[in-house]
Amino acid sequence: MEKIKTIILKEWAEVFKNKMVLFTVAFLPLIFIAMPLVTLAATANMGGEISSADSPPDEFFGDLCVDLSEYDCTQVYMLNIYTLMFMMLPVIIPASIASYSIVGEKTARSLEPLLATPITIAELVTGKALAAIIPAVAATWLAFGIYVAAAWFMVTERIFAYLVAPMWLTAVFIVGPLLALMAVAAAIMISSRVSDPRVAEQLSAIVVLPLVMLLIGQSVGFILIDQRVILWMGVIVAALDVGLMYLAVKVFQRETILTRWK
Amino acid sequence: MIKTENLTKKFDETLAVDRLTLEIDEGEVFGFLGPNGAGKTTTVRMLTSLIAPSAGTATVMGYQIGADDQQIRRNVGILTETPGMYDRLSAWRNLTIYATLYEVENVEQQVEKYLKMLGLWERRHDAAGTFSKGMRQKLAIARTLLHEPKIIFLDEPTAGLDPEAAKLVRDFIAELKGEGRTIFICTHNLDEADRLCDRVAVFKTRLRVVDSPQALRKQLYGRQVVFHLAEAAEGYASMAENLPFIKRVQAVGNKLVLSLEEPEQHNPDIIRQLVRAGANIQFVGELRHSLEDIYLQLVND
Repeated sequence: MEKIKTIILKEWAEVFKNKMVLFTVAFLPLIFIAMPLVTLAATANMGGEISSADSPPDEFFGDLCVDLSEYDCTQVYMLNIYTLMFMMLPVIIPASIASYSIVGEKTARSLEPLLATPITIAELVTGKALAAIIPAVAATWLAFGIYVAAAWFMVTERIFAYLVAPMWLTAVFIVGPLLALMAVAAAIMISSRVSDPRVAEQLSAIVVLPLVMLLIGQSVGFILIDQRVILWMGVIVAALDVGLMYLAVKVFQRETILTRWK
Repeated sequence: MIKTENLTKKFDETLAVDRLTLEIDEGEVFGFLGPNGAGKTTTVRMLTSLIAPSAGTATVMGYQIGADDQQIRRNVGILTETPGMYDRLSAWRNLTIYATLYEVENVEQQVEKYLKMLGLWERRHDAAGTFSKGMRQKLAIARTLLHEPKIIFLDEPTAGLDPEAAKLVRDFIAELKGEGRTIFICTHNLDEADRLCDRVAVFKTRLRVVDSPQALRKQLYGRQVVFHLAEAAEGYASMAENLPFIKRVQAVGNKLVLSLEEPEQHNPDIIRQLVRAGANIQFVGELRHSLEDIYLQLVND
């Protein structure tokens, strides 16, 4: 445990001195918090302006908001899209941290002396993965907490109930960390093939694409995100995590790093 | 301390190390010489359990490579070709990280000891990235020694350093030698190897030769004495060839170079004969071949 802790603290001490990483960890969550809150504030008094505000929701919404008016349902639908965006944080932040950490070590040639120590590969990968996942998950949860707390003052109780529905709590608190693990595994594999942290970061962020597709799907009405979708997402991401981490650990072997990494 | 038997490493179709067999004793400073791409770093990586051999066996401090890798890593120190420090972190932080990873008991005490020993104590709070090349190398040496390894592998320890920094590093290696540690040095610097090493190996994918620098000189060239004459030496070559204890004669300009077994015993006789033949001898001296001559001859062979 001591070695894992040492690796985590070392990673944080190094990586958070990098402005790009610091920006990603500190400002990205702020942007993700601000966007829905600004939208909520802007649409807060529009209920009266919409002619069909009190009419039942369009059939497009399906089972999304039973017993809600069209105006309230539109708000729930909009908040769902924003909440889904929060799921991008645990992908983007660890991809950035892990890319800078691994490619940084590669370019500084600090991996060989590190691998010469009696640290096991399991300890090293766990330390590096946790160093990327912990800040990402913490930033996501904190940002989500702030967003929910602020929204509580801005929406009705009925809409708020949708915001903290088990579906979103599952998404943020369970699927989020699973996504972060997936991003780290991708970053490890990609970092072994490239020598520029920015390229590694951008390639690792490809993991975010399925989420973007979900977001677009929800926006254009192709798919309606509900509990079932989130659960399936959790199962698929967990399965991918197992496979990707297996491959990442295979790539992260002493001999492979020293003789095959570019 | 280190024993290898037919140690071999192949990367796909490329043979990097071919059936290396050698034995290094406790407290010995062993120079591993060879051109770029000869397989020196690959050998060090195998002996420090960083990569696995394709064939053959090796033991380090009695631990078997492949079976006792963690034990080997715990007990050896390695100075890699590039220092590989964490540039954004302070010298102190760099060393405490490694001391923890090497399971050192008194982390702060050991870090302080080596920072002071290598003259970096005053700069301990500065980021390693602000250090000069020589200071970074010293910091890397400190990192190598934190866990008090009995065997130290140094891969090009003075490469890229200015003469002053290189001398500091060499002096420190000499100090380590005095402490009875076994030191395995990969180097291109033949003068360094000549001064520091008890034995040297010339290596180019396979082991060409291994012995002490003195023995190698003797083995390749024998002992040679050069007589500087006031006139052309050519005229005295045939006279020298007739002496029974002379093995080889070379006359170059006004220099007569004679190869013989025991110059201390035969030089007075040679001088007498040369003077009798009319030679005007200006100087007499033993010709000492550098390790570079030996190295170049062996590598080119």
